[in-house]
Amino acid sequence: MNDKPEKLIDKKGIRLDGRKADELRPLKLQVGVLSNADGSAYIEHGKNKILAAAFGPREMHPKHLAMPDRMVLRCRYHMAPFSVQERKSPAPSRREVELSKVIRESLEPALFLELYPRTGVDVFVEVLQADGGTRCASITAAALAIADAGVPMRDLVVACAAGKVDDTVVVDLYDAEDKLGAADVPVAYMPNLNAITLLQMDGILNHEEFEKAMNMAMDGCKKIYEMQKEALKTKYMVVKEVGEE
Amino acid sequence: MSSLVTRVRLKQIELLLQKGKRLDERGLLDYREIKIEQGLIERAEGSARCLLGKSEVLCGVKVETGEPFPDTPNEGVMTVNAELVPLASPNFEPGPPDENSIELARVVDRGIRESKAIDTEKLCIEPGKKVFVVFVDVYVLNHDGNLIDCSALAAMAALMNTKMPNYEIKEGELKIKQGYTPLPLKSHPVTVTIGKINNTLIVDPWLEEEQVMDSRISMALNDEGNICAIQKGGSGYFTPKQILEASKIAQEKVAELRKKLDW
Repeated sequence: MNDKPEKLIDKKGIRLDGRKADELRPLKLQVGVLSNADGSAYIEHGKNKILAAAFGPREMHPKHLAMPDRMVLRCRYHMAPFSVQERKSPAPSRREVELSKVIRESLEPALFLELYPRTGVDVFVEVLQADGGTRCASITAAALAIADAGVPMRDLVVACAAGKVDDTVVVDLYDAEDKLGAADVPVAYMPNLNAITLLQMDGILNHEEFEKAMNMAMDGCKKIYEMQKEALKTKYMVVKEVGEE
Repeated sequence: MSSLVTRVRLKQIELLLQKGKRLDERGLLDYREIKIEQGLIERAEGSARCLLGKSEVLCGVKVETGEPFPDTPNEGVMTVNAELVPLASPNFEPGPPDENSIELARVVDRGIRESKAIDTEKLCIEPGKKVFVVFVDVYVLNHDGNLIDCSALAAMAALMNTKMPNYEIKEGELKIKQGYTPLPLKSHPVTVTIGKINNTLIVDPWLEEEQVMDSRISMALNDEGNICAIQKGGSGYFTPKQILEASKIAQEKVAELRKKLDW
């Protein structure tokens, strides 16, 4: 694991995993994968494998956390102990607490919180396998789970990262690029509203590179957005076929 | 956010913003008065207090020896922790750190780490075995909004004030010698936080504005003016145009903050 490759991008502009700079990893999205949750989704984004489930709107528990004028959204991002190279303790780390918060804040703008006073929606995200960019894949899956639960939304939220690897701005970094690259910019986006609901960055970028990375991430979001809609439709198309028989 | 009082306040703040004014009579892109004092805690290797208006953060730096991380055997270690001390606000409670204090610590950490502010390679004593560990503890003493910028300033000022013990290695044993050297720094990042209320961007939101704002974005910039960390917060959104505007504003405000650090 410790032998660092000299170059993450070859002369032809091909990345270590064979992708071009603006190419996403293969994605698989599935909706309605858990029978006990009100809504659920499963995403495979490269080697990331993530399950998301949504419950509600339902009565808040404990009750004193309910808000008299709006719904409360709660999110838990959690990584399975076997999801990474070295076993991760199942206790929530500081990273997971922060990610739970930013994932919640990336989804809240999509919901009509004020229409469901005194209720709560719980979203649970379990990372079964991680390969870089789990917060983005988690948001993409969590938005689908909420939509699948039938909670009205202003738009789906979709997330994708971009970053700098070997002086080149590339989209959708995987684990090695994330760790060895120069910068990482995860973006969550509501394409129909042109609204960015999550933006973080680490590493060093000048303003031109940052603007380019942000635009590249948004382009990636738009591609995944189409797959999200397709995944939602697919679930109900299956139902229709059964009904026709 | 949802109490009746803050909603009335929101209306008032919105009306003022339309005229380009703020409740505390600042301009939209003005910081509150910033005061920084260094070296208040003699027991700490470095310390500083930052006052941002009425927000007050004390930061202490302790330097100890410990083991390096296996993937960076030649580098010292830096950790940032933040405490929202109950005496700082009626809304802070004693107990384990909540998501707000964890986010605060991690945002301050990211600015310092990603700008490579500390020259961690110079903190190595014995590769793979012994390095200096720098503990940065952010202590919020009074909460009047924009704790991120206030804490980042306090942390940077404390690091600039930090003195490392001199040492020598005799027969594999670490001996502390007399005297101190300053902590080796490579960059001096400062963080600018911009709030969004009803599509108006404001610099350095204070408590009343924080309670009603849609969202905020914090950007850390290094010595060259490049961005080294970003964090969006709050349950609202930004348009791509607003983000680029915020990044421009941040670049303009950096010089003012850096002057306060005497850098």
